[in-house]
Amino acid sequence: MSILEIIGGILLVIGSSFLFLGGLGIFRMPDIYNRLQAGTKATTLGGMSLVLGVGFLETDWIWKSLIIIIFIAYSNPISSHALARASYHRGHYPYIKSKEKEKMDAYREVVPHTKKEEKEDKA
Amino acid sequence: MIYVIYYAFIMMALGMIFSAIRFVKGPTAADRTIAMDTLTTIGVAALVLLGYMFHRFIYVDVALVYAVLGFIGVIVIARYLEGAL
Repeated sequence: MSILEIIGGILLVIGSSFLFLGGLGIFRMPDIYNRLQAGTKATTLGGMSLVLGVGFLETDWIWKSLIIIIFIAYSNPISSHALARASYHRGHYPYIKSKEKEKMDAYREVVPHTKKEEKEDKA
Repeated sequence: MIYVIYYAFIMMALGMIFSAIRFVKGPTAADRTIAMDTLTTIGVAALVLLGYMFHRFIYVDVALVYAVLGFIGVIVIARYLEGAL
């Protein structure tokens, strides 16, 4: 058992544990923004370290593994950002008390894009 | 070494089961979309690990194409929910 196999095995354990935690966070979190946080950051770390672990175990595959790692590192934050922006513009509230929804509405008044959308909804 | 691979597959299967439950019962469309994104990422990792287990190099190419298609799908659904399409 060489040193590369030991490093690859440790990376496999770390990656699969973080992928499991990402799925559990998707299931357990109360609202859409927390689910975005758990479902993209944990799976980014988990997927990157698992693919890198396979690249350590099978050393001929390291270049294509690096391509997959770079693609995951670019694509996952972009999709998370697009989904958070879409759910904010659709008017989903975060998981807050009913007293603090007025603060959220006051914040929505400041941001100009949503204000334009509200006018379109009234018209 | 084979026990490490079994542990990784069991953990990924549990994560996929939890994400699939959220995909079925999620209240809004954005919940279902983020559950689909998580399923795609776990599926890419599972394909690469299956390729190592069966010694097939072509599975890594399949994983790369699946990652690209899942990313494009999530972006298109997000733009549609925003009202820009």
